[in-house]
Amino acid sequence: MSAPSGITRATLIKDLRMEWRSKDAINSMLFFSLLVVVVFSFSFDPTAEESRQIAGGLIWVAFLFAAVVALNQTWARELRNQVLDAYRVSPAPATSLFTAKVLGNFIFVSVLEALMTPLFIVFYHLRSLGPAWQLLLTMMLGTWALVVNGTFFAAMSIRTRSREIMLPLLLFPISIPAILAMVQATTAILNGDSARFWIVLIATYDLVFTTVCLLLFDTILNAE
Amino acid sequence: MKKLFPILGILTGVLLSYALYQGLVVAPTEQTMGNVQRIFYYHVPSAWTAFILFFVNFGASISYLIKRKPAADIVALVSAEVGVVFCTVVLITGPIWARPVWGIWWTWDMRLTSTLVLWLIYMSYLFLRSFSSSGETPVLAASLAVLGALCVPFVYFSIWFFRTQHPQPVIGGGGSIAPSMLHALLINWLAFSCFAFMVCWSRYRLEVLQREVEQAHAMRSLEEPSTSMREERYLERKA
Amino acid sequence: MRANPYLFAAYAATWIIHITYLGIIARRYSRLKNEVDELNK
Repeated sequence: MSAPSGITRATLIKDLRMEWRSKDAINSMLFFSLLVVVVFSFSFDPTAEESRQIAGGLIWVAFLFAAVVALNQTWARELRNQVLDAYRVSPAPATSLFTAKVLGNFIFVSVLEALMTPLFIVFYHLRSLGPAWQLLLTMMLGTWALVVNGTFFAAMSIRTRSREIMLPLLLFPISIPAILAMVQATTAILNGDSARFWIVLIATYDLVFTTVCLLLFDTILNAE
Repeated sequence: MKKLFPILGILTGVLLSYALYQGLVVAPTEQTMGNVQRIFYYHVPSAWTAFILFFVNFGASISYLIKRKPAADIVALVSAEVGVVFCTVVLITGPIWARPVWGIWWTWDMRLTSTLVLWLIYMSYLFLRSFSSSGETPVLAASLAVLGALCVPFVYFSIWFFRTQHPQPVIGGGGSIAPSMLHALLINWLAFSCFAFMVCWSRYRLEVLQREVEQAHAMRSLEEPSTSMREERYLERKA
Repeated sequence: MRANPYLFAAYAATWIIHITYLGIIARRYSRLKNEVDELNK
């Protein structure tokens, strides 16, 4: 199994299996997602008309928090078992490992989002005036943007002091255009407006950053 | 080389004074805003200088990733730091300008908002540099710089479209400027560019000295076994 | 000279920021110079 795609699949399956086995981590993340939605509901009154208008923003901020907590978790486990060093000495190409990590994180964060979304819909009485498939596309593109950069920065911040705070410190500024696009796209679709510009923007963002992160991952993995 | 430094420093000072005179005295008073508009002669050149410095950071980071020369890493660090300083000036003078003109301290004006995001990106770069251990810092920082620079077009594009959907007051007005004002603006830009160069040069010299001292410490700890344990622990704590 | 307070504040803020940064550089430089002298002893 030395082909890159084989390595990616193997690593991905291993990661998913480990996540599934560490039920504590999954359960605590699920509970965390519920908590986030409830806290938001108390902070931003769901019965107020204004809240429905900013629902797009609320959802994505909640997803952003969940993504950061999830990303910190996944790399922390790697570090405990010194997996990073094992990656470095293995002949496997770094890009396969990175792809596996990103896909694993993507699945993990998507599961959390899939749990938070119905809660938001129910608590905020959300109705979408635009097509639902566009919402799904936006969510996938947006999540990918957060996860691909997040996985890359998580690998970077592992080597720093205060690594838990480093990840959001690095991730948030660079994600700002993507976050703006996700929120605007979601709001537009909920209101039945055209989200085309924003969706194209996130898609382009995803393309550019995925490529560059893939190119640079080997470099940062082998730094010193 | 070292003799040149004070001479260029004095020339820069003269140029800055001349530019100040141009901006405050020679340039005509703006019709609608009055004298507050003269903030423009500091606000805009600072922005242009910051952008140039961030561009230099991008170039130096790419150069480092390819050739791994320490000088490129120092240039990257210096340009980012001085760029953040100039960017801070933009973010402070902008609201000071907005307050008397629009009555509010902050407008989600396209240029000011983009500058804020730029400032955040390069601040995160400086945080990464200070929080990571010295061996791998150059590579990690250079990678972050590349990602940050690639983000910039997205920042401008997304905020531009957002602004066309939700228009806000524009700092500095939209239209064209009178030639006499343009003259003062360009002179201030030249003066601040020279000033930025001198500041970068100073910071560069500081960083070179810093690294020499650190190396000297490291060499010392190799040569003196009795103090090496202490040095090792000191270096470990730093990392 | 124009007496507009905001204009003065903006120009003053600019130079306060620049001079503070230069001051930090200068102080670190002199400290390092002292350290170099210590090392050379």
